[in-house]
Amino acid sequence: MSSTAAGSIAPPRVETPFRRFVAEFAESKLALFGLLLFTIIALVAILAPWIAPQNPYDLAQLDIMDGRLEPGSVGGAGFTYWLGTDDQGRDMLSGIMYGLRISLLVGAGSAIIACLVGASLGMIAAYAGGRTDSLIMRLVDLQLSFPAILAALMILAFLGKGILNVVIALVVVEWAYYARTVRGSALVERRREYIEAAQCLALPTRRIIFRHLLPNCLPPLIVVATMQVARAIALEATLSFLGLGVPITEPSLGLLIANGYEYMLSGKYWISFYPGIALLVTIVSINLVGDQLRDVLNPRLKR
Amino acid sequence: MTVFLLRRLLQAVGVVLAMSLLVFLGVYAIGDPVEILISPEADQIERERAVKALGLDLPLWQQYLVFLGRALQGDLGRSFVFNEPALRLILQRMPATLELAFGATIVALLIGLPLGLYAGLRPKSALSQGIMAGSILGFSLPTFWVGLMLIMVFAVQLGWLPSTGRGETVEVLGMRWSFLTRDGLAHMAMPALNLALFKISLVIRLTRAGVRETMLMDYVKFARAKGLSPARVTFVHVFKNILIPVVTVVGLEFGGTIAFSVVTESVFAWPGMGKLIIDSINVLDRPVMVAYLMIIVLLFITINLVVDITYSVLDPRVRLEGKA
Repeated sequence: MSSTAAGSIAPPRVETPFRRFVAEFAESKLALFGLLLFTIIALVAILAPWIAPQNPYDLAQLDIMDGRLEPGSVGGAGFTYWLGTDDQGRDMLSGIMYGLRISLLVGAGSAIIACLVGASLGMIAAYAGGRTDSLIMRLVDLQLSFPAILAALMILAFLGKGILNVVIALVVVEWAYYARTVRGSALVERRREYIEAAQCLALPTRRIIFRHLLPNCLPPLIVVATMQVARAIALEATLSFLGLGVPITEPSLGLLIANGYEYMLSGKYWISFYPGIALLVTIVSINLVGDQLRDVLNPRLKR
Repeated sequence: MTVFLLRRLLQAVGVVLAMSLLVFLGVYAIGDPVEILISPEADQIERERAVKALGLDLPLWQQYLVFLGRALQGDLGRSFVFNEPALRLILQRMPATLELAFGATIVALLIGLPLGLYAGLRPKSALSQGIMAGSILGFSLPTFWVGLMLIMVFAVQLGWLPSTGRGETVEVLGMRWSFLTRDGLAHMAMPALNLALFKISLVIRLTRAGVRETMLMDYVKFARAKGLSPARVTFVHVFKNILIPVVTVVGLEFGGTIAFSVVTESVFAWPGMGKLIIDSINVLDRPVMVAYLMIIVLLFITINLVVDITYSVLDPRVRLEGKA
């Protein structure tokens, strides 16, 4: 998921052509900076196997004698560890690059699946109305009244660790946001004339929903999706930190931070510090983009 | 009002039942209940006796009724690890968590309200921009990592504050509290600040938005035109009016704070409910997990109910009967 996609999947809104959207987005230097930052992070994550100084999971490349070296120190094989090493003698820089892959994969993956599930249910709720609507919205209320971290914790407690299980847990706690957002805008849009026109043309319901209704509900959905990716990444890191997320063989940033916890009290800060910085920069960059998207795509704030 | 209350109570009972069914299915259908409810050290004969005693040979729906009946009597099973009733175990840890959550709420209000007020009154100033940027950071920062960094700076490097634990406690009303001793307060400072981080940002944003909205109101303009001092306008006319929504949201967030204390308690080894549940999950002490979940569900439904009722009392415009 490259961040340049934020521009290319801009909604085909009649009153706001794509170019105006880009211009409005670019008004905020901070948002552009966020976009640039996220592009770099995403590239680093995707290219990690080729650009990382070391494959941190190839045991042949690790030297246990290099364990817990300070940032900038040179290891036994003449290899400089710019961000230090962890207890296994793993280069932290490479570990972070590989960790970013897992964090982004889980964050974006769960957000996309949750978006598909939530948007479909929200659309069905808005279009069907009546009992179906109130049943789905009751579920949404139930889900939203319960804190995400607890729900995810419980699901993982029963399912066990694993990347797939984390994604399932995140989808379960996130779908409701999409459902509520899409239902809200679909309820407004479905009363518009163009839907009436489409219905008069006797177009099949599926076509009306997916070709007419859905595209017009996209702007708020994109905003929610952007914010939810950041939330999912943070939540995954938290779960992994608590030891309930990804398995030790596929460490995300959260697990890297957890690994450094026990060494921190003896002043070896870098094992936890740098992965945390990477996590922070990732989340901030996404939030900066999301903040600006919300301002640009929100019709109520139109100047 | 009575009709509304009854309907809400009925709904609440419905949600509790639904959650208990989910928890029940989680324990009995996904996992092997024998493995979950009977200590792994038990031998074959003990096992069979326990299966009979727990009624695991009955059909699933009957088992659910038995589970429900026991839960209603406050029996949610015994912890394998502590060999104590799970419910009592959790209730013992509850004061620590509540104390931390209250502390965090107070910290959030003490820091968030003045900053938000300033940012709302002078939206263009550099300091306000800094405050708002800081609040974005507060939403973005991974709480557990900030907790680690706090420990590193204030406990390891500076040595000002103790890193983990609850410190000295005093027994009041049969429960142990830290906030009444100096040592306890020192232990509480970092966890409370850590837990408050998200809420500080929230309070800043709410306060700022509220101030900016209220400043444009006619009654504020009128108060100014009357020649009242800016301080009086700010604190009597503006501040009092933004306080209601801010306090409401912070109150609503209280449940979330208790939930999120799971993370903070793990970082600072604060012996509350959250630390207990994480430890229990890690050693698969499932009766405790089930009991915790049921208590949290109950807590949340109570909070939501109280908030709804308070709303209607505070703001008569909220027509409860007309609610969809």
